[in-house]
Amino acid sequence: MNPKNLDTYCQNTWCPGCPNFAILESVKRAISELIEKGIPRENFVFTCGIGCHAKIFDYLNLNSFYGLHGRCLATAQGIKLANPNLKVMAFVGDGDTYNEGISHLIHAAKRNTNITVLVHDNRNFALTVSQFTATSPKGFKGSSTPNGSIEESLNPLELVLSSGATFIARGYAWKIDHLKNLILKAIEHKGFSFLEILQPCITFFDNRQFYEERIYELKSPLSKEEAKIKISEWDYSDGEKSKIPIGVFYKVEKPTFEDLVLKN
Amino acid sequence: MSKDFSILIGGEAGQGSRMAGLIIAKIFNFIGYKIYIYEDYQSLIRGGHNFSQIRAAEKEFQSRKEKIDFLLALDEKTINLHKKDLEKNGLIIFNANKVKSKDYNPPTTLPVKDGAPRMGIEIEKIAKEMGGKPIMANMALIADFAKIIGLDWEILEGVLRREIKKEIDLNLKIGKRAYEISKNLLKIEKISKEPTLLLTGNEATALGAVKAGLKFYFAYPMTPATSIMNFLAKREDLNVKVIQPENEISVINMALGASFAGVRSAVGTSGGGFALMTEGLSLAGQSETPIFIIESQRGGPSTGMPTYNLQGDLLFVLSAGHGDFPRFVIAPGDAEQCLYYSALGLNLAWKYQTPVILLLDKDVSENTFSVDEKILSSIKPENALLWDKGPAFAKASAGKEYKRYKITEDGISPLAFPGSKNVIVKSTSYEHDEYGITIESEEVEKMQEKRLRKYETMSKEVEKLEAIKVYGNKKSDIAIVAWGITKGAAKEVAENLGIKLIQPIIVEPFPKDKMKKALNGVKKLFSVELNTSGQMAKVLNSQGIKVDGKILKYTGRPFFTKEIEEKLKKIL
Repeated sequence: MNPKNLDTYCQNTWCPGCPNFAILESVKRAISELIEKGIPRENFVFTCGIGCHAKIFDYLNLNSFYGLHGRCLATAQGIKLANPNLKVMAFVGDGDTYNEGISHLIHAAKRNTNITVLVHDNRNFALTVSQFTATSPKGFKGSSTPNGSIEESLNPLELVLSSGATFIARGYAWKIDHLKNLILKAIEHKGFSFLEILQPCITFFDNRQFYEERIYELKSPLSKEEAKIKISEWDYSDGEKSKIPIGVFYKVEKPTFEDLVLKN
Repeated sequence: MSKDFSILIGGEAGQGSRMAGLIIAKIFNFIGYKIYIYEDYQSLIRGGHNFSQIRAAEKEFQSRKEKIDFLLALDEKTINLHKKDLEKNGLIIFNANKVKSKDYNPPTTLPVKDGAPRMGIEIEKIAKEMGGKPIMANMALIADFAKIIGLDWEILEGVLRREIKKEIDLNLKIGKRAYEISKNLLKIEKISKEPTLLLTGNEATALGAVKAGLKFYFAYPMTPATSIMNFLAKREDLNVKVIQPENEISVINMALGASFAGVRSAVGTSGGGFALMTEGLSLAGQSETPIFIIESQRGGPSTGMPTYNLQGDLLFVLSAGHGDFPRFVIAPGDAEQCLYYSALGLNLAWKYQTPVILLLDKDVSENTFSVDEKILSSIKPENALLWDKGPAFAKASAGKEYKRYKITEDGISPLAFPGSKNVIVKSTSYEHDEYGITIESEEVEKMQEKRLRKYETMSKEVEKLEAIKVYGNKKSDIAIVAWGITKGAAKEVAENLGIKLIQPIIVEPFPKDKMKKALNGVKKLFSVELNTSGQMAKVLNSQGIKVDGKILKYTGRPFFTKEIEEKLKKIL
């Protein structure tokens, strides 16, 4: 594999037209810009969970650890502790991090560990042929809930804000340039940066129209109180007329976990 | 008087019997005795009954005597529970402010006609008069005991100054007062030997790993492994960062991240926590990430008996984790072995890029042993096979691209770490090609065979290591097999009865040749274990070695020598 190229030789198996391609493109553009700015390519490292999102491991030619379902935030924190010079990203899915690994998300945010979390939120378990996740809307008809799920959906931004995340943003997979800029800001943030990416699942939950009718770009920065209001504007339910803000909701500087652990 | 003393000190949780026991042991250590301390405590913070039983002897013993020479009671319960075990001439020394029953009052009646001689001292009153806290009463009891056994005040003061960091002057004042008003009854002889290092198995495990280059310790509290994290956190001079994540699943996945980034890390837990780690264990096997796992067994199944011992996790650690992957399992039986095999274990994890499980048990972990310091000089970090250093460099790297999972003859692929120039390191939980890219074609055989070859290389290495120890009469045609803490009592049995003891230490990969050699000439073989099913006997059976009988105990307490001897005589 050419160490100068961000692509690998691996054949891509995402569904044709999947917004994961758009996310990958945004990531590559952001990383390329950062390399041009002088961050050595070998200093980038990412982890990923298990699910459609995680296939990015095979398509992105950077240092990486393909971890366990739900657990890759822990792995990412171990990497950052061992070598704080590395720029550590974690690509996770909604089932991956809002279901299986939610405790790691809460505690990583609480510690303000200096890593960047990118959630490919397609709002269902797609690779296992569509079951509901924590962010699926109530009434979601998946293969395990043919009559519709009975659980209310979780607003992950509210969760990470109350857990102590110091950077919170939301992007939309098909707004590639906007998303690229959010990725840049998230990586450049010193502390726990959380980027929720709305990713329509074109095979099992095609809500492109739903999103595109509601999405608008936030004017940042916001105070914590304003952030709370904007974060609560859409509660991840379906059918409502509420608008969906994207952009940076919240950013604050605090000492990072690694700085505190390694200060001596 | 034979130089083999048994001292039991007990009280409620919170009265400081453990600290007092350790100081008494250090006194005997200072005057040349070899030490073993058995710790018995309950899963509670206040009340209940805790005790430390010290064996101080000229020769090294690693089991407790059934009989007690000196019973030191911080409360009345201690007397009631243990007086049945007193030697004929045993002495009871008690806290006269807590022991109120008529049998023991007035406090100083000596000698007595019925029962054991007893000495009461108002230790709480002394502590209070001198302006101390209630817990400092144990200092008065130690000083009283020191006077009774004829120890010079200067020796006691020296030990106290070394052991007590907080409010030493006040403690000494209390001790001195008690020493002055106590009577001398006998004279314990000094032994002309140097004091040795006294360590618990957990402390030794931590120190061994540090000598082999440990930099991060990840753990979630769980008895009996918790004192490893506490020890490393307290000993800042050892330069190990102690990280306490949200659960054991996070513990192992964080540690794997640190190893992937090139830093030596370890995790520690007991059976329940290890159960949570098993998916991560399997990840370490597949991704070939070095990881050193300390599993200290306690009574199971499930929550079981948190502060008591069963050797019930051997079969679990041998087979834990889904899928086939190579691992080492090492089960030391005392603190000196913990020191050595902990360092060895961390080195092996990096040499073979695979999980190494150090299997302890509650008594190995928490009991205190005399350790020969010389062993420390034999321990050093061994370098892993690195992509860009040493002889591997020429072969693996020169002018070529780095392949994390390069197919090699011995199954070991050179390591590189993220951050290294011109290198992309891909580590993965999926089956993969040499670069680490996911594959599911029939080509997967090649990578599985690489890992199998690594296992063969590991098996050869085990035959070169001290995988098995043999004690007692090495020519005897009767042998017992014992592992972990059971080795201590079994060694005494072997010496007393003139038979052979075989202690398997490295259990996986199984040292076939070494075991064959150890069994040479043996006609009758018995296993001695602290579990209900004879797990080591099952392991031996899987290697075609049949035991003629099993001596099992599962009260949560380790064997007494006599228990093994009596059971052995019945089945011989």
